[in-house]
Amino acid sequence: MEKRVTFRGWLLPFLLIAPQVVISLVFFFYPAGQAIWQSLFIPDPFGLSSQYVGIGNFEYLFGDRFYLAAFGTTAVFSILVTLCSMIPALFLAVVADRLIKGSGVYRTLLIWPYAVAPAVAGVLWLFMFNTRVGVISWYLGTLGYDWNHVLNGGEAMGLVVVASAWGRISYNFLFFFAALQAVPRSVIEAAAIDGARFWRRFWTIVLPLLSPTTFFLLVVNIVYSFFETFGVIHTITAGGPQQSTTILVYKVFSDGFVGQDLGSSSAQSVVLLFVVGALTIIQFKFIEKRVHY
Amino acid sequence: MKKSLIGALAVSTMMTPIAAFAQTEVQFWHAFTGRLGELVKQQVADFNASQGDYTIVESHKGNYSETLNSGIAAFRAGEQPHILMVFEVGTATMMAAPGATRPVYEVMAQSGAKFDPDAYIGAVKGYYTTTGGDMLSLPFNSSTPVLWVNRDAMEAAGVDPDTDLSTWQNVGATLDALKAGGEECPLVTAWQSWIHLENFSAYHDVPFASKDNGFAGTDTELMLNGAAQVAHLTAMGEWAADGKFIYTGRRNEGGANFRAGDCALFTESSAGYAGISSEAEFKFDVRPLPYWEGVGNSPQNTIIGGASLWVMEGHEDAEYKGVGEFLSFLSSSDVQAAWHQNTGYLPITAEAGEATKMAGFYEQNPGTDIAVIQMTAKEPTANSKGLRLGSFDQIRGIIDEELEGIWSGDKTAQEAMDSAKERGDALLRRFEAANR
Repeated sequence: MEKRVTFRGWLLPFLLIAPQVVISLVFFFYPAGQAIWQSLFIPDPFGLSSQYVGIGNFEYLFGDRFYLAAFGTTAVFSILVTLCSMIPALFLAVVADRLIKGSGVYRTLLIWPYAVAPAVAGVLWLFMFNTRVGVISWYLGTLGYDWNHVLNGGEAMGLVVVASAWGRISYNFLFFFAALQAVPRSVIEAAAIDGARFWRRFWTIVLPLLSPTTFFLLVVNIVYSFFETFGVIHTITAGGPQQSTTILVYKVFSDGFVGQDLGSSSAQSVVLLFVVGALTIIQFKFIEKRVHY
Repeated sequence: MKKSLIGALAVSTMMTPIAAFAQTEVQFWHAFTGRLGELVKQQVADFNASQGDYTIVESHKGNYSETLNSGIAAFRAGEQPHILMVFEVGTATMMAAPGATRPVYEVMAQSGAKFDPDAYIGAVKGYYTTTGGDMLSLPFNSSTPVLWVNRDAMEAAGVDPDTDLSTWQNVGATLDALKAGGEECPLVTAWQSWIHLENFSAYHDVPFASKDNGFAGTDTELMLNGAAQVAHLTAMGEWAADGKFIYTGRRNEGGANFRAGDCALFTESSAGYAGISSEAEFKFDVRPLPYWEGVGNSPQNTIIGGASLWVMEGHEDAEYKGVGEFLSFLSSSDVQAAWHQNTGYLPITAEAGEATKMAGFYEQNPGTDIAVIQMTAKEPTANSKGLRLGSFDQIRGIIDEELEGIWSGDKTAQEAMDSAKERGDALLRRFEAANR
């Protein structure tokens, strides 16, 4: 029997949800509407005049092979960042969960990197891999490997992925760790009595029970890699070499704020809006079905 | 005791706004930090101390691109400063917005301040004046690329440090000798597009873009895929493949390598002087930028990089009077001469150059006059007056990407420049559409 609280009349429920509705309207719908409106024009940078071009900005974008290539770059980047931030986090959480002594210290240390701002993380990693003074590039050099991310696109991609994923590991760790603590001990003990070893228990019991958390983190991390990795890319590669690390959101920035081309930049934001919307719908429709709450 | 202190605080708090009201405030946004930032602060402090009617308030707004963006965003919000520093690359953007800026010649005429646009050397003035000769923005800091030589590194590799490096032919032979002598970083550069394409084109008197490099209209197209440019980039690409030219990044990352003594030759702005002279622990030389013997009308003159000061529209008349006084102060020969000697930027008025020479500065600091000579030796042609292209910051980004394709060996110079032209032209057409 389901329990429901019902309100008499409309005023109180409306007032209760009003703050959320107002915030959504002011901070989400209004800017999104503005972006859609602006994407129909080519304005001059100072906002003194603008030319109505209809869907001209979109035609221009989809006729640009570099813009289309940015979709591929974004897909590769997002998948790598999501995997590189979730798998190590899960591993660390499982290991930390088994610790009996000192787990508090261990946990605290693992959470620290989350406090580092993306742009600062970018600078830290850039410094370690700097082709001239970087510790790691120097070490690679002594092993006979010539590290040069300013010219090698693959290395540049690897570097921005690691720098973006690094801080996220802490965030994911926190969620996985909390979820692991919530797995009922009795289920695991029962499996242990039946003779299941650790990894078998992990695959058949723990991982399925973690699936709501994993799903949540998957969505959050993909959104993160789409939008919030901008600072890392800006400080490490600025989208280069050539265009090998230019992801969609970085292009929005560089066209809008370096190129002062606000029409194209708005059109790109609108495209991005639809891409992320579609991705989220797909995730909820197909992946969520496999999630056990 | 305590009471009188509070009383004093209250009185001083009440007094402050009154004192500030007596003077007209003028906002000045610039892009300088470090040593250059201190020098700008000093200029502003000197001006404020020199008179009592106006107070200039300077604020740092990030690097060149960020400063321009802040200015544009502020204008959209109606909060623009009176004076905005804009780098040479943003010149076309500012010129295309007559409603947002007030031309310097108008400001000066209205304010009645002492000002002579003809005091500025031609190559600098030409960049910031209309084809009709009206000065739109005040030249502030201008530099031009030169060749820096690490004499110790040359000697260590068994190469005569006084060898002639005036042509790229000679430089090529020297790079071979340096490499053979065990030098791991024979040549490095800063600002690759500015030095190896923009200045290269002017120096060899070949066009970088049609319509007089954009001076004659916004319906301009890039011409950087011409034979001269492609030949130069092909040579550079071969040097990169052989490890004789080391690529370090799109901006002036190479400066760190050179100042640390890691590299033998370095193409960089003359304004690198301040950093190199204070950090280098080796003997160094300044030489003119090399040219290809027999290509175009080389050596023509090189062009400038740097920034100018734009006056923004939308303030009170009395404030513009203060702007005029300040700009007049900045263009005075004492201020200019000190700026030139402290920074390595060009003396942008003829008088300032003369004063520096008279003071014996060039004898004490050999090579500091090379940039001046290189820029002013010949009367600028349509190809060497400068560049005026819309969306140019972004076009430079495209050029950087394509050049990286050459250095890594992914593209030939011709392919890369054809692609840069195609992509850059698309942006120029959008800029034309936005400013129709």
